[in-house]
Amino acid sequence: MAEGTGIQISELDPKFKYELRKVHGAEKITICFQCGTCTAGCPIARFSDVYRPRRILRMAQLGLRSRLLSSEFIWLCASCFTCVDRCPQDVDIAGILRTLKNLAAEEGYLPPVYRELASNIMKTGLAYRIPELRLKRREQMGLPPLPKANLEVVRRLTEVTGFSRLIQAGGE
Amino acid sequence: MSELKYLLFLGCAIPYRVTSYEISARKVAQRLGIEFVDMPEYNCCGLPVEPISYEGMLILAARNLCVAEQQELNLVTLCPGCASTLKKANKTLKEDQKLREKINGYLKEVGLEFKGTIEVKHLVHVLVEDVGFERIKEAVKKPLTGLKVAEHNGCHLLRPSKIIGFDDPENPLMLKRLVEATGATAVDYMDKTQCCGAPIVGVNEKIPLQLALDKLRNVRAAGADAMVTVCPFCHMMFDMNQPRIERMFNEKFGIPVLHYPQLLGLAMGLTPEELAMRELRVKPSRILELIK
Repeated sequence: MAEGTGIQISELDPKFKYELRKVHGAEKITICFQCGTCTAGCPIARFSDVYRPRRILRMAQLGLRSRLLSSEFIWLCASCFTCVDRCPQDVDIAGILRTLKNLAAEEGYLPPVYRELASNIMKTGLAYRIPELRLKRREQMGLPPLPKANLEVVRRLTEVTGFSRLIQAGGE
Repeated sequence: MSELKYLLFLGCAIPYRVTSYEISARKVAQRLGIEFVDMPEYNCCGLPVEPISYEGMLILAARNLCVAEQQELNLVTLCPGCASTLKKANKTLKEDQKLREKINGYLKEVGLEFKGTIEVKHLVHVLVEDVGFERIKEAVKKPLTGLKVAEHNGCHLLRPSKIIGFDDPENPLMLKRLVEATGATAVDYMDKTQCCGAPIVGVNEKIPLQLALDKLRNVRAAGADAMVTVCPFCHMMFDMNQPRIERMFNEKFGIPVLHYPQLLGLAMGLTPEELAMRELRVKPSRILELIK
């Protein structure tokens, strides 16, 4: 939410918090009492003008669904879990951020880097495409060969969880 | 003494870019009597998929856990990202019956079932909990006396503490004690537990580079000769990116960043060549002189 941007009542989805509450990791969204311990200790907030975990949780409680899901800042959580360990209300803040990102991905908002990593996993089993030369080099350095992942299994699992659909949706 | 035998989960980043970590870890493990059995086959731990789909992460992790269960061995990783993802999936699926049934429904499609019979550890957890400081000290043949080392724990080795259950994330002492076991002096510095920023490099480079700059400044201010990491991503932030940070911010650091097994290996009397120290971006020549 940009500074100085007013909130329109029509933007609020009062049921959003209940939708979140059903998801594993986001159950405690409604008990955040806005103390700000998360933002105070957040390494990203320290160097970012837009990333504020407390504000994100408040926006979620208010039901600013589309502003959150279309925002770039939800992708700035580094998942260091400092806030999770410190929250006096035991809110899994990183779990809530993950839930927001998952919902955003379902709506087609996915930063290209994640599409690339996920597509690498589907094609090779690993998040990075390791060049042949490097695979040869590791053996020259005395390391055992890197096993090839069973792609049939990986592909099947990404299909049955509906995860492959999220990667293809939105297109390359 | 229990058998120190583990299934080694290499993950993606280490074989992709940080081979020196793997080489030194294997050498040091051998000296300590740790047996690494290589995974017959594996896929990504699931971490990069978690922002896209929680279930996608769980299924990729669970599939690796199933491979380990079939081998009847506990998993050890060198990457804390893999360790924390696999630990999280393992713990969640052991405790949440409903979720386990759902995930097992998917796994059935490929003839697998998560049973929850193994444990997951990071190398540092193994060194502290299973090998023990005494045995590590006994293996030190060439104490690194006088060398000042700033250790960087990283996040996933310690947090979220409910899942990892290791050390005190607000005042971590285990890696520090591992550094001291080599005979080196562990130096304290400001914001020691601050994240390296690597996980968001793909969406925003500016913030992680500022975090890394901040860390390097604090390490330099403490008078450290070198830094030590136990994570391929933290290592890339501080070693691989260091020349770039120096150019961007017009500041000189020249701080060598060693993988902990390299530091321990030197103290065990292994040579810099054996520990693949040539692979480091910031050349460690000055510290090699210091410990001669």
